[in-house]
Amino acid sequence: MKKIALTKLDELFAAIAASKSLYLPVDTEKGAKYTAWTEGAKLSEATNTVRSAKDFFFPQVEDMASFKVEGKKIEVIDTRKEAEDFVVFGVRACDAKSFEILDSVYLVDPVDSYYASRREHGVVMTLACSRPTETCFCKAFGIDAAEPAGDISCWKTEDSLLLKANTEKGQALLDSLSMLEDAEDTAADAVKAATREIVEKLPLSNLSTDAFGGDKLSALFDSDKWESLSESCLACGTCTFVCPTCQCYDIRDYDTGHGVKRFRCWDSCMYSDFTLCAHGNTRTTQMQRFRQRFMHKLVYYPANNNGVFGCVGCGRCMRSCPISMNIVKVMKTLEG
Amino acid sequence: MQEVMKKRASELLADGTVVRVLGWKNGEFAYDPTPAVFQTVESLEAFVYNDFCASNLSKYLIKFLRQEGKTLVFLKPCDSYSFNQLLTEHRVIRENVYIIGVPCDGKVAEDKLREKGAEGILGIETEGDQIKVKTLYGDLDLNKKECLGERCLSCKSHQVVVFDEMLGENGEENPDCGRFDMVEKLEAMTPEQRFEFWRGELSKCIRCNACRNICPACSCEKCVFDNPASGISQKAAADSFEENMFHIIRAFHVAGRCTDCGECSRVCPQHILLHLLNRKFIKEMNECYGEYQAGAEAGSRAPLVNFTMDDCEPSIIYTKEAGK
Amino acid sequence: MQVNNEFRPKIVAFCCNWCSYAGADLAGTNRANYPADVKIIRVPCSCRVNPMFILRAFQRGADGVILCGCHPGDCHYTTGNYYARRRMTMLFSMLSYLGIEKGRTRVEWVSAAEGAKFAATMNEFVETITALGENKRLEDLRCKK
Repeated sequence: MKKIALTKLDELFAAIAASKSLYLPVDTEKGAKYTAWTEGAKLSEATNTVRSAKDFFFPQVEDMASFKVEGKKIEVIDTRKEAEDFVVFGVRACDAKSFEILDSVYLVDPVDSYYASRREHGVVMTLACSRPTETCFCKAFGIDAAEPAGDISCWKTEDSLLLKANTEKGQALLDSLSMLEDAEDTAADAVKAATREIVEKLPLSNLSTDAFGGDKLSALFDSDKWESLSESCLACGTCTFVCPTCQCYDIRDYDTGHGVKRFRCWDSCMYSDFTLCAHGNTRTTQMQRFRQRFMHKLVYYPANNNGVFGCVGCGRCMRSCPISMNIVKVMKTLEG
Repeated sequence: MQEVMKKRASELLADGTVVRVLGWKNGEFAYDPTPAVFQTVESLEAFVYNDFCASNLSKYLIKFLRQEGKTLVFLKPCDSYSFNQLLTEHRVIRENVYIIGVPCDGKVAEDKLREKGAEGILGIETEGDQIKVKTLYGDLDLNKKECLGERCLSCKSHQVVVFDEMLGENGEENPDCGRFDMVEKLEAMTPEQRFEFWRGELSKCIRCNACRNICPACSCEKCVFDNPASGISQKAAADSFEENMFHIIRAFHVAGRCTDCGECSRVCPQHILLHLLNRKFIKEMNECYGEYQAGAEAGSRAPLVNFTMDDCEPSIIYTKEAGK
Repeated sequence: MQVNNEFRPKIVAFCCNWCSYAGADLAGTNRANYPADVKIIRVPCSCRVNPMFILRAFQRGADGVILCGCHPGDCHYTTGNYYARRRMTMLFSMLSYLGIEKGRTRVEWVSAAEGAKFAATMNEFVETITALGENKRLEDLRCKK
């Protein structure tokens, strides 16, 4: 384990930013946001960012190709932007876990090369939580807020930042930072214990997942509670867009007047034109769309991934839903 | 207030006046009630009304337009304007709705509590203007007035404009609310500054459509932006132009129909100041065509579906500014 | 658009079928000159023009958009242009509010007998837009060549 004094954080960020683009959560007028580091940028103290860290690997809009049409000739141009090396600092345990979930979708055959390239070029530096909040329920999904994954895990103690490499990529980055000092492997134990103690006291930490999983399909699918749960859903896509694990996208062609640009963008199962086919839509009511989202997180995904749930308990949907409907309410209602 | 509302709802359900009640249901925490439909007296157990019941319930009434039976709805002043507007547009049928007006002195915004340091909220108690927030990291005593949602700070009217019965004292209009102050500030800027301001705001948009879907004026069965055949359907703003276009067109489509309920800005997860677009239209229409408040009166004719022979020419926009 | 290192604006003119389009026709038969930068789109009535048309024109590369219709009171459909007038006033107000240069959009009433006015209006508008330069604030980069 390595360490650096908190007073020297700027030095550390400057050294990382010297060779790679560095992004970290910075406070804005309304919540924290991942921002490119520049001299003087201050690391946010917020529990989490408003938008998730998935944007780095799976951006909302991404160019794929363009087509040039001349007479009967069509030329296909690869417009992919090669990912540059970058470092994301301050990722929380929940978001770090979400990368594993995205990996399980995008890095299995056939590999999504756009996503894979970003994953290869990105180094994730996580930061253990010190002030989890009431909307956090990562513990329910087996995530330890005090022991975040990532290429490098970090902990903040009273006066210093502790760093531990978990991967070769992380080790290489740490090795390149000469200002780091050695630290005891047990140096983070006190802060870890403190975090875990708070997590125990969080109101949603003991949210039960017993009623969910790949084998609970028919009981949950046919539940008569979906109607009342979804009755006030507005069919907006806020929950899906702030969610770190929502991974659906749509590929669209844009007619520029002199060619075609093909891009992909986030899609939301809450939308009426989600998975629109020639015959129409498979899910015609909002109840069905609403059910799809939660069934995917709590049943379909675990069914295909050894019981791992597709939610990491970051609580973003709880904060941004316009009508305050969310996965916790859904789970408690379905179980009750 | 909550208990009185619950009691009236139970009575009206029990005597068959209404078949369903549209209200709010308590949430996981003290601050997250959800709009809900209650069909039995027993289910009203979960009914809640507090400082966090901000949702405008009017739009949900469209859903019941084609359903049997009368719906009881609780409308706050803002919501009652929206109701009138929906009535004007024949999106609700007056006879099918039983309206109980509830006075409102502003709703508390969760994010304002967070700004004041309330993280790890375990409980909230309100006593008059005092809000006591119990958190994992200590207790906070906050002033309600300082925690009100942005829209409540420039509330145009405390008056419920349409109701069958009113609980408590009905309020009055508030013409000195200063709701156009920010619009005026923007108008006083140079075009370059305004452009920068709006790029800063609109570039935050993630196109989640929350503003559109919560808007009581956005009541189209199918939005032009969702229609793949329209040629302009978008799922994400793939270019800054599309960010601008979506918000200009949305504001335009509700121009003259927007009652300024402020739901768009309240629900925006990116906190874009969307109400400033709508207020610009309201202000400009007031100046060009005379004062008009959408929803103040059911059946009124909005400025954009009306005209006079001697209306100003569009070029007035340019000369007006030059005159400043 | 740059032609020989000189900026030539792209202008879209929406002209109502009954007055302004005929006015443009008359400008032609009278051999009145106006720049070829103006591309005319014929619409049944000035009221047919949805604000979206104007935004789309900018998206597709227009530097200026002008709407021409019958004089107020002369609308073939009696009142169409009255509605168009209010609508365009509001649109211009919003564009200006968003910081789009004023003058990029314009409304002019041109009757079927006003061929000279049509040509003069277009000359003037092209001049204004040339002075304003390329439309940058309402452009869609994907549509640029």
